[in-house]
This record gives sequence, structure tokens and C-alpha cells, in this order.
Amino acid sequence: MKTYKMSNVSPDMSFLEMMDVLNSKIISEGKEDPVAFDHDCREGICGMCSMFINGQAHGPDRLVTTCQLHMRKFKDGDTIVVEPFRANAFPVIKDLVVDRSAFDRIQQAGGFISINTSGNTQDANSIPIEKDDADKSFDAATCIGCGACVASCKNASAMLFVSAKVSQYALLPQGKVESKQRVLNMVKQMDDEGFGNCTNTGACEVECPKGISLKNVARMNSEYLSSTLKP
Amino acid sequence: MFKLFNSSLVKKYAMAISGLFLILFLFQHFTINLTSVFSEKVFNSISHFMGNNPIVQFILQPILIFGVVFHFVMGMVLDYQNRKSRSVKYYYVKGSSNSSWMSRNMILSGIVVLLFMFLHFYDFWIPEMNYKYVEVNPLDPDRYYFEMTHKFESPIRVSLYSFSFLFLGLHLLHGFNSSFQSVGVNNKYILSIRGLTKLFAIGVPLGFVFIALFHFTNSI
Repeated sequence: MKTYKMSNVSPDMSFLEMMDVLNSKIISEGKEDPVAFDHDCREGICGMCSMFINGQAHGPDRLVTTCQLHMRKFKDGDTIVVEPFRANAFPVIKDLVVDRSAFDRIQQAGGFISINTSGNTQDANSIPIEKDDADKSFDAATCIGCGACVASCKNASAMLFVSAKVSQYALLPQGKVESKQRVLNMVKQMDDEGFGNCTNTGACEVECPKGISLKNVARMNSEYLSSTLKP
Repeated sequence: MFKLFNSSLVKKYAMAISGLFLILFLFQHFTINLTSVFSEKVFNSISHFMGNNPIVQFILQPILIFGVVFHFVMGMVLDYQNRKSRSVKYYYVKGSSNSSWMSRNMILSGIVVLLFMFLHFYDFWIPEMNYKYVEVNPLDPDRYYFEMTHKFESPIRVSLYSFSFLFLGLHLLHGFNSSFQSVGVNNKYILSIRGLTKLFAIGVPLGFVFIALFHFTNSI
């Protein structure tokens, strides 16, 4: 644990801008390496900025990623505790940077729809989809895979992420064809990666920057049950 | 079969189904105990039936004991695995900001309930097994009410029971509706299930406390 003292932090700065200022200061002093942290889009889409701030994934604000968190959320003189997302399945690479490729492997295990690309592919817009299902699927698809669910869960469970990916496809006609194998494969990969078990605390739903609902977890549970029981 | 239990979701179903089974048993136990407040005769006759019916004794009772042991063992295994999934702990976690105390401490409330069950077995189940199967005493359909009320003459026992029921209530407050979520039910009925959870998790343990206090005050 290392403590840095910051001054002249504008309340309008984003948290990452504050980190940039900190790193500029460290670099100009030339005594040590800057603090490594992940970032990319800085507009709440990429899900790279994985920081556990004052005991919460992405900090004290709701429905935002760390890059959308502003310094006005803290008081002058506060000590802010910043940690990397911690889970065995997310090994720390350096400082605040973690390896979340476990999520990529879960996606590769079934988070896709196989289509015929021979030129006879049916136009997706020509397939009727009930509005309610389309909305639910879209809501699930807004998951950016940031890992806040894993970081917040006391068991380091990835069920919210996996359930969002399962639901996203299971609700659409194109995804139903492979739904049985998808859920079985993705859950198996999740277990192989060493994530913990879900105990329905609901912390993941609260801390998710995209508001992914626990209803997706129930949907995945039901999908998995029916897929396991199906001959 | 054991390979099936490698799946985190199968373990989740197993916890949920065994929990719902125990909830059903708890409700049945509560309604039987409640009769002791209104009628000694009714309580004695139900207890005699439960204690001597071969289906209850040799089929349902072993299933119940298996259910209890399974739920606790599985809970412990899951807790151990969950702790292992984050070997480096956070320096600072603000758990109260995103989840209830009950949901984060199911293992603690579960252990208190488990300890209570040892006491409960020591108080009632072991003497009952001893009476029927070791000493092989003659049938006495009128002994149950006295045996039960006699136990609640002790203020220490009543306090221990009441303390345990508090933790049972906390365990149920999360466990009841969580079981439904685990088996995939989170639909239009979820609000009713949450309401039923509160009613059951507060009402049943409070009812048990009331029964214990009722017999204690009657004994003074």
C-alpha cells in the first residue's frame, strides 16, 4: 500500500484525469514508476478502467465506470483507497492493471451465434422478434465486460457477466438454436477459470455500471437447468 | 453424479432445493408446535403420530436428516470454495453499500442455526430415540406435552432458543427468496415471493420465540 498526496485536484476532473495528474507528478519527480492503470475510451463504453475505489468497484457513484466518476464525489482532504479488482481469475499484472482474459475465454466458449456466411444469410431485420424480448436482449447486451460484478461479489463470482451474455443470445430467435450448448459451455468455462459461486447477494447488480439485472442470472439458471435435463 | 456437482450452478440448485425442503419442514414443525399453545391434547396426539408412524420415522425422518446434513455440508463446501476464489483480499471493502448483512453472512447465521440444532437434538431428539429404541419403553401418548413444557422451564434454554431463532430469521430473510432466484424464478411473482419471504422469515421465528416464552411464563 502506497500513499500519494495530491493538491490542486479540480472537482470537475474525472478520476482517471486525477490519476493522469498523479502520474505526471511522479514522472516529473523521476523517483519511481508511474502508477499503472487500464483505460481506453474514457467514456464508459470499453470497460477497461478497473479500479476498486473506497471499497467499491468503480467508486462510490452508481451506474458509472471509473472514467465517468468525478472528483466532486470526494471531499477535500479525503484519503481515497484505490485497489485493483481482486479475484484469482483476474490476476494482477501491475499496480491497478488486471488480466481479464478469463472473460474472453468464456465468450469464446459460447458467446456467439453461428451463421451461414455463404451468401444465403437471412437478413436479421426480416426475423420478427417480440419487442419485450428485443429490449431484454438489448439490455443484457449492454454489458461491457468490465468485471465490476466479479470485483464486487464477496465470492468473486462471474455469474452476472455470464448470464448477461447467455441472455443476450437466448432471447433472440437466432440464438435459440445453440442455446443449450451455449449455456453449458459458458458455465463450464466460468467454473474452469476459478470464479466463485453465486450466493445472490446482489452486489454485482448494484455495482454494475450498465445496470445489468439479476433477472439475467435467474434466466441463466433456468436455461442451464433445462439444458441439463434435456436429453 | 459427483461430476455433476462440479458445476457451480448444480451446487446452487442443490442448495436452493435442500433449503426449500427445510423451509417446508420448518413450517410443518412450527404449526405442530403452535398447537401446544392451544391444546395439550391435540399436541400430544400429533406428536404421538409423528413419533410412531413408520413412514414418518423410517422414511421421512432419514430424508430430513439427510436434507439438513446435505444443506450444511454443501454450504460449508461452497463457502470454502468461495473464499478460495479471492486469495488476496481487499484492503477496504464497503459491503454494506451494495448488499444486505444477511446475504453476506449466511455462513455465520447458518453456523448459529447448526449449533442450535445440536442443542435441540440434545434436548428432544436424543432422549426420544433413547426412550423408544434404546430403553424400549411402552407407548405413552400423553407424555409429549409435559416433556416439551418441562424443557422450557429453564430461562437459559429459552434465551438460547430465542437467540438462535433471531439468526434463523436472518438466515431465512436472504435464503427464502434467494432459493427461488437460484432455480430460475425471477418473474412477475418475485414481488409476492419477497413479501412471503419477509412474512415467513419474521413470522415463523417470532412464533417459535412466542411458543418458548409462553411455556416458560406458564411454568413460573
